[in-house]
Amino acid sequence: MNTLLTALVDWSRLQFALTAMFHWCFVPLTLGLGILVAIMETIYVRTGNEFWKRTVKFWMKLFGINFAIGVATGLILEFEFGTNWSNYSWFVGDIFGAPLAIEGIFAFFLETTFLAVMFFGWNKVGKGFHLLSTWLVAIGTNLSALWILIANSWMQYPAGMYFNPETARNEMVDIWAVVFSPVAMNKFTHTVFSGFTLAAVFMIGVSAWYLIKKRDQEFAIRSTKLAALFGLVSALLLVYTGDGSAVQVAQKQPMKLAAMEGLYRGGNGVAITGIGVLKCDKKPMDGKDPMWFNLSVPKGLSWLATGNINGYVAGIEDIIEGNFQYVDRNGQQRQGLPMKERMTRGKLAIAALGDYQQAKKQSDTEAMLEAKTVLEENFDHFGYGYLNKPEEAVPHIGLTFYTFHLMVLLGGFIILVLIGSLWWSYRGRLEKQRWFLYVSMWSILLVYIASQAGWIVAEVGRQPWTIQDLLPASAAVSGVSAGTVQTTFFIFLTLIGTLLIAEISIMIKQINKGPEKS
Amino acid sequence: MSHWIKRVYLFYLDGFKSMTVGKTLWVIIIAKLVVMFLILKIFFFKDALADYKSPADKSRHVIEQLTQ
Repeated sequence: MNTLLTALVDWSRLQFALTAMFHWCFVPLTLGLGILVAIMETIYVRTGNEFWKRTVKFWMKLFGINFAIGVATGLILEFEFGTNWSNYSWFVGDIFGAPLAIEGIFAFFLETTFLAVMFFGWNKVGKGFHLLSTWLVAIGTNLSALWILIANSWMQYPAGMYFNPETARNEMVDIWAVVFSPVAMNKFTHTVFSGFTLAAVFMIGVSAWYLIKKRDQEFAIRSTKLAALFGLVSALLLVYTGDGSAVQVAQKQPMKLAAMEGLYRGGNGVAITGIGVLKCDKKPMDGKDPMWFNLSVPKGLSWLATGNINGYVAGIEDIIEGNFQYVDRNGQQRQGLPMKERMTRGKLAIAALGDYQQAKKQSDTEAMLEAKTVLEENFDHFGYGYLNKPEEAVPHIGLTFYTFHLMVLLGGFIILVLIGSLWWSYRGRLEKQRWFLYVSMWSILLVYIASQAGWIVAEVGRQPWTIQDLLPASAAVSGVSAGTVQTTFFIFLTLIGTLLIAEISIMIKQINKGPEKS
Repeated sequence: MSHWIKRVYLFYLDGFKSMTVGKTLWVIIIAKLVVMFLILKIFFFKDALADYKSPADKSRHVIEQLTQ
């Protein structure tokens, strides 16, 4: 890639990453807090205890603040698709647009109807209808996330489509293959449980602050009890779905798995790294040891990826050489090809697309058919044709490796916090463990870091692809200047900063006020 | 029917009137949407393919980009 293109791709990526991470500051809390509020309101309706109504109203207010500040921030991503990633936007065709449109309709109806009942409907509609509205908002926000995650999963595992050489667009031929792709299902459950866990830790952390301040103690302890139980169940399901995600990545994106583990040379019975430090100057095929220091579990990665302690896991160099198997976008197990061969076949596919257009201009149907055949035979390698050397197919190892391990370590820590909260709150000793209350409070920050780290692993780990194997970022960008993207980056950074300050200050003000008094 | 519409209208009106922190949030939401749609979208986030009028022109441009 030339320098100008590199700058454009880097700034466009950075802007997209910033926008997505900012959007993700709000989404997980909405996903989980909505469910927690709905559970609390169910307790209120069943028991008639006014304490729960006050508790619901307090947490609902924080839900509302988070929802209001976060709403529509995802739309900026859609702006960026059209401006910075126009080749990508055209190439994905209706496959990406359809789930986003469904999500938009879902969100619109929820926000204009049931959310209003949830906030304005106390004492105006029946308890049952109000509860139903709260549940519908909670379920609806999660279903709304489903469609976004389906769109994202298609980029990771482009199933159920046909590439039309007439238009250079992918056309959906099997909606169920897109919706029920194993990657989508796993990504949805893993993401949703991460949101549930985050919201539970948020509730525990805020409650810990009240206990430290020795105020609203009954409210804080009861909230903690519920959140800890909900959070622990969610966290265990998060681990389970995380294992499922690793299996999917091993099958469909083996390079990402190798990057997550800093695994350059794989084999049978491969260990999993618990903690490690990578050598910064390590390059594929240089024969150097990739780690300065490494604490690992023998055979752990083989077991995680294949379910067999002696299973084969490919490293980065194995993938470059073609010594790996993968599941293609039709669900078939395939033997991998050497990267250089994939690049050659990719170039054939790209040339065939050009030949097809040329033949079409000349109305040469025979040449069109010939070009189409070459294109279809090599389409699975289309994106590799844009790479100049095999190393360009390797994501940033350091960022993928460290964020993956940070996510796992923080996830383990969060489970301990949830167990501690559950144990001490049910034994009636939570308020006496002041050190633990401080840990709980700061865990809010840690759970957000873990959640963001998870997305960094998912997205950085699949680079250079915007669509796995089919379109690298370098071919997906628009022909705009890097300077334009830089300008919008800084404008957006200012907007983000302002909104985050607004959210945090309004939240703190409301937390300081506390729940309504009886 | 009109009775039903009036009830919905009053439901929203009362809800908006009785908001406390919600008023601040609405100001933020409106300001955010104005910045997004009237500034960012119009001046900074133009559709890069908007200059190509028909889908055929758009696809020709993208194919040129992809195959050059």
